[in-house]
Amino acid sequence: MKKRLATVWLDGCSGCHMSFLDLDERLIEVAGKADLVYSPLVDIKEFPADVDIALVEGAVSSEEDLHKIKMIRGKTQILVSLGDCSVTANVPGMRNPFGVKAVCDRAYTENVTLNPGTPTQVIPALLPYARPIHEVVKVDVFIPGCPPSADTIYYALSELLEGRQPELSTRTRFGA
Amino acid sequence: MAERRTIVIDPVTRIEGHSKITLHLDEQGQVYDAQFHVTQFRGFEKFCEGRPFSEMPALMARICGICPVSHLIASAKACDALLAVKIPPTADKLRRIFGLAQVVQSHALSLFHLSSPDILLGMDADPAKSNIFGVLEKNPQLAKDGIALRKFGQQIIERLGGKRIHPAWVVPGGVSEPLSLDDRDAILKSIPEALAIADRSIAWFKGAIEGFRQEIASFGNFPSLFMGIVKPDGGLTFYDGKIRIVDASGTLVAKDLDPAQYRDFLGEKVEPWSYLKSTYYKPKGYPEGIYRVGPLARLNVADRCGTPRADQELAEFQELQRTAVLSSFHYHHARLIEILYCVERMEQLLNDREILDKHVRAVAKPNALEGVGAAEAPRGTLFHHYKIDEQGLIRWANLIIATGQNNLAMNKSVLQVAKHYVKGEKITHGMLNRVEAVIRAYDPCLSCSTHATGHMALQVQLLSSDGAILDEVVRN
Repeated sequence: MKKRLATVWLDGCSGCHMSFLDLDERLIEVAGKADLVYSPLVDIKEFPADVDIALVEGAVSSEEDLHKIKMIRGKTQILVSLGDCSVTANVPGMRNPFGVKAVCDRAYTENVTLNPGTPTQVIPALLPYARPIHEVVKVDVFIPGCPPSADTIYYALSELLEGRQPELSTRTRFGA
Repeated sequence: MAERRTIVIDPVTRIEGHSKITLHLDEQGQVYDAQFHVTQFRGFEKFCEGRPFSEMPALMARICGICPVSHLIASAKACDALLAVKIPPTADKLRRIFGLAQVVQSHALSLFHLSSPDILLGMDADPAKSNIFGVLEKNPQLAKDGIALRKFGQQIIERLGGKRIHPAWVVPGGVSEPLSLDDRDAILKSIPEALAIADRSIAWFKGAIEGFRQEIASFGNFPSLFMGIVKPDGGLTFYDGKIRIVDASGTLVAKDLDPAQYRDFLGEKVEPWSYLKSTYYKPKGYPEGIYRVGPLARLNVADRCGTPRADQELAEFQELQRTAVLSSFHYHHARLIEILYCVERMEQLLNDREILDKHVRAVAKPNALEGVGAAEAPRGTLFHHYKIDEQGLIRWANLIIATGQNNLAMNKSVLQVAKHYVKGEKITHGMLNRVEAVIRAYDPCLSCSTHATGHMALQVQLLSSDGAILDEVVRN
């Protein structure tokens, strides 16, 4: 029976998803072993129940991210923290020493011609700190890298699809 | 008695980054307003403060995993301005090749991985199938061509920059390593296959769009300005030149604008319901200064591509409309022509006799306290603007990203499509997918423009004013 695979991005740059797409022809092989049941790359809009493996890119930065990662954890057997932003908060975390107000003021008050002011309607509020996902929910596998290479993702995914724990310490690192 | 209603599409899928759309319907069930909300924000303009300017290219590349090369280039050009150097000619050419390779991979992603399901399988296709794997089932050659074309661009980036995503090869003053003979020859060898794929894809696209006349007529089909950088001779370029703006009739509104003076002619407005600011052409004010950037705009402002096969295709493209080509559906077509241009142009540059020269970096300390770098990213004109202190530490930064410049047009397009297709009390998947598809035509990069994330299910509810649910669609 094919595994149920999901990919998610929170506060990242989509580079980890691009590295996943860098599997190139190997995507077809992965599609033979797993169904992509949720992803920004497909039109299924609700995170389904009983996901076997979820690859999560990005830090937890907004109220929406926080809600989403908790919901995903509840529906996923193996939660994979993919890339440096999810593992360490990395680039999104660079705002932390400045605070939300200062970064918003720069973008929405100082560097503006018309109608200055931080947007607040409809969109989710930013959390006081951008955080790695394991500070919020339990993570089963960590794949550092900015982004992890396609070969690293392929190896880790292949092992997980075979029911094995990938050994990543010699294959990737922070900033790789 | 019908009531005013609101429809929320959340999240928009098969785009880069996440967002949602609100449609407002009046008592007669007609859409009267629409908003495209971008829902996340990171703050690069602030958190770069206090860091050495030389870190900027590698840091700013992290704005986006799809077009890191554009940020590397615009950032490094801003740093060149801080150094006040002229970079070596070979470095200039190598940066151009790097940028062209990225346009190919990014355009391939947009067209094949994200939008081709709508075109091949149709706007009303089963949402469980409307993705690249569904395309692979229906037309394996098309999907494999898309994967191969994206890989072609990514492999060139890897050969030049050492890795496919977030390479650090572009640096202030040039590039860090020259091109090797082996890499040059390997890239040249891969060009004929890429050209063949580009030709096949254009032929497929021209045939396929016959069934989309109604979409072409309603997908962002309105007058606006168009902006892009052109070469001194008016030709298409992605790396350097002056800014040109044309109106809907194709008439020049402005030419030879210096990108470094962008603040004289571009304004930014905050929309209180989105983290994405709207950029407008200042002399016409807001919102009359609405303009579009990216593939459609570049082909509307340029006199020529400057490579033989792309110029043939451009001539045919210009026949679509006697004025500027106005429908945003044609972004897809323009993207394919640009792919062809990029592959042809890379071949020319790789055959340049200076291309293997070892002198690829000018070294200097900062000689100016302020610098602007601009380039054409896949999605449109990109500006990086930095101020530093005497020690070379960043004091202030401003970034104007392509997607923000298309924000007014995307909102107007969503409204146009929704008015045309979303009607009545029974909402169908196909209606809503068209609203999303017009956003896909712009190929927005929300990681770039602010950064965004998804939000639960797509759930559409028609509510009466007392909150009763008249109709509900959950797409899953």
